[in-house]
Amino acid sequence: MANQQIIVSLLVNNHFGVLTRISGLFSRRCFNIESLTVGETENSKISRMTIVTYGDEYVKDQIVKQLSKQVDVKTVQIMDPANTVVRELVIVKIASKKSERTEILEAVNAFRANVIDFSTNSISVELTGEISKIDAFIEYVSSYGIIEMCRTGSTAIGRNGYCLTEKKKTIKGGK
Amino acid sequence: MKLSGAAILIEVLAEQGVDTVFGYPGGMVLNIYDQLYKNSHRVRHIITCHEQGATHAADGYARVTGKAGVVIATSGPGATNLVTGIANAYLDSIPLIAITGNVATDFLGRDSFQEVDITGITMPITKHNYIVKDITELADTLREAFAVATSGRPGPVLVDIPKDIQLAETNFVPISKKAAVAKSAIDEDALKEAIQLISAAKRPFIYAGGGVVSSDASKKLLEFANKIDAPIGSSMMGLSAVPWNEPRALGMVGMHGRYAATRAIADCDLIIAVGVRFSDRATGNKVSFAHGHKVLHIDIDPAEISKNIPAYTGLIGDVKQVLQILCKRLPQFTHKTWHAEIVKLKDHVDNNLQMAKSRLTPQSIIERINEFMPKDGIVATDVGQHQMWTAQYYKFSTPRTFITSGGLGTMGFGMGSAMGACIGKNKKRTVLFTSDGSFHMNLNELATAVTNELPLIIVVLNNCVLGMVRQWQTLFFNKRYSNTTMNRCTNFAGLADNFGAKGFSVKTKKELDLVLEEAFKYTTPVLIDCKIDSDEKVLPMIPPNGSIKDIILR
Repeated sequence: MANQQIIVSLLVNNHFGVLTRISGLFSRRCFNIESLTVGETENSKISRMTIVTYGDEYVKDQIVKQLSKQVDVKTVQIMDPANTVVRELVIVKIASKKSERTEILEAVNAFRANVIDFSTNSISVELTGEISKIDAFIEYVSSYGIIEMCRTGSTAIGRNGYCLTEKKKTIKGGK
Repeated sequence: MKLSGAAILIEVLAEQGVDTVFGYPGGMVLNIYDQLYKNSHRVRHIITCHEQGATHAADGYARVTGKAGVVIATSGPGATNLVTGIANAYLDSIPLIAITGNVATDFLGRDSFQEVDITGITMPITKHNYIVKDITELADTLREAFAVATSGRPGPVLVDIPKDIQLAETNFVPISKKAAVAKSAIDEDALKEAIQLISAAKRPFIYAGGGVVSSDASKKLLEFANKIDAPIGSSMMGLSAVPWNEPRALGMVGMHGRYAATRAIADCDLIIAVGVRFSDRATGNKVSFAHGHKVLHIDIDPAEISKNIPAYTGLIGDVKQVLQILCKRLPQFTHKTWHAEIVKLKDHVDNNLQMAKSRLTPQSIIERINEFMPKDGIVATDVGQHQMWTAQYYKFSTPRTFITSGGLGTMGFGMGSAMGACIGKNKKRTVLFTSDGSFHMNLNELATAVTNELPLIIVVLNNCVLGMVRQWQTLFFNKRYSNTTMNRCTNFAGLADNFGAKGFSVKTKKELDLVLEEAFKYTTPVLIDCKIDSDEKVLPMIPPNGSIKDIILR
């Protein structure tokens, strides 16, 4: 089975060491991490993690099962792409000569990005969107020269009734 | 009632039914040891020579009793000395509670004297671990640690308690009973699928592992085997689950398994795996192993289903509970042709390999000692050739009597675990099969065995080489014996005498017989140094990543 992008959402206890536990589990079981984001939820005792990874069906199955065994993990969910909104934030500091500025600002408008800093030699821009949109923007502005940039990694939420509840996912065996 | 953290630890240990702990004192557990002093009538503490010996002892104790073993160590080196023992318990799914002291919370993170981040170090080898930084959370954290270690698939849990938490006081509310962990229901669809699979099978094979031992399901397993008319092969961890003389038992499967068991698992049409994880030492080449039959995998840990070998159906739950339901719902099956094949396999010449009768061989030593041992006597091993020979030739008849390091393969496991097991069973007759290589690793614990007057017979299968590595060098490295020929001058019998035990040395079968008559009269530690040939091999052998086609028989 071919590798595919997998987005895993987790509800975990919000205390020290949990991030190490989860990232350690991924590295020792040889699962990739493309990105990992974490933050407190509406319940201050619970954090939500979004992990973007790649793998085949075997890896996907093991990720869910191994994560579910962790004492600090409340819920594990492989997000259904058709029913999930995924967002990432990037901040890019673009080198800009005076002559290129208008062009860059056009791109900023087209991508619905925001200028957050403006100086004689550079423009800093923030952009939120799906991974593909971010990639496209970065590719476009790289021709002007990227001085530095930072991406947050993806975070994801299900549409409407598609929610993570604070109950351990039950796993069925087989096939 | 207001109690210090150290006193709370003792209270929770007592509450959890712990009467024996193993450990070693030190600077950051002084308060705990002070409480152990005051409470010696409630909790007995066994001091070992080294923290590693203490963890292996707690591990051995857990294996024979089924209860959580407890080990206590100080911060820094005390804590790091536990690491091998914790990893060993992790890989064999043994319930173990490791309590470590640490520097006071305001000294943490400053590279203080004897400070290590033991929760960080043991994260990958514990089921879960904790550092307690708030005295009010101590009691419940300890209770949770016991629950985590003993529920579901058992495993080690570490609780790190900084010194100031041991000193601080809080209100302690005792609880009378451990909260019973509710067994989860077995998935009905999976049960139906399993019943269909079993009903359709013409040549079913039961592959039983450590899960059968840890869920005390031996009797149910036999009932199940009778019901579906199937032979039983075991992983090494599952060996003591089935009595050796049970007609359905084929012995161990895998790299050094019995011919009949390894042949039958290759020829069956359905493997019913019960509480096993398909270790690479058991399966060999995974592709050829998985070929030609379906797998019904019964295990309490969902993550084991299809982890190493793809399962056609997975049945998740306590092994005993699952077998109970299956026995109730299944009709009686008979598989005459398959049964006849199995009988033939058991009688096959390759299934009954014998070592030379004339000299003192590992087989003759193990079989002879077997005759002296009570049926429910404890057999511990270290790791290497002697371990495999014990697995092959010892006739196990009682569950929880075979104490051996399966997953981690820890040389040096033997002394500690044999002591812990012996203590756990109220000083029951225990034999440790070890070797000159393994015994050299942790022989210091001989002192502990002597102090505690344990009826322990240490049998050193002394071939003057690291036998298992040498065997691989003979077979796969063209006899280049790199660092396996020891040339050591240790006089094991004399060493035992000087530790205060009784030492013997034997070279022939006749000498062994005479010595055994005497050795079994002792109720204190005895060591028998048995000189054997450096080139004795563990056979049969399926080379790593091989299959039954590659089996080496002679």
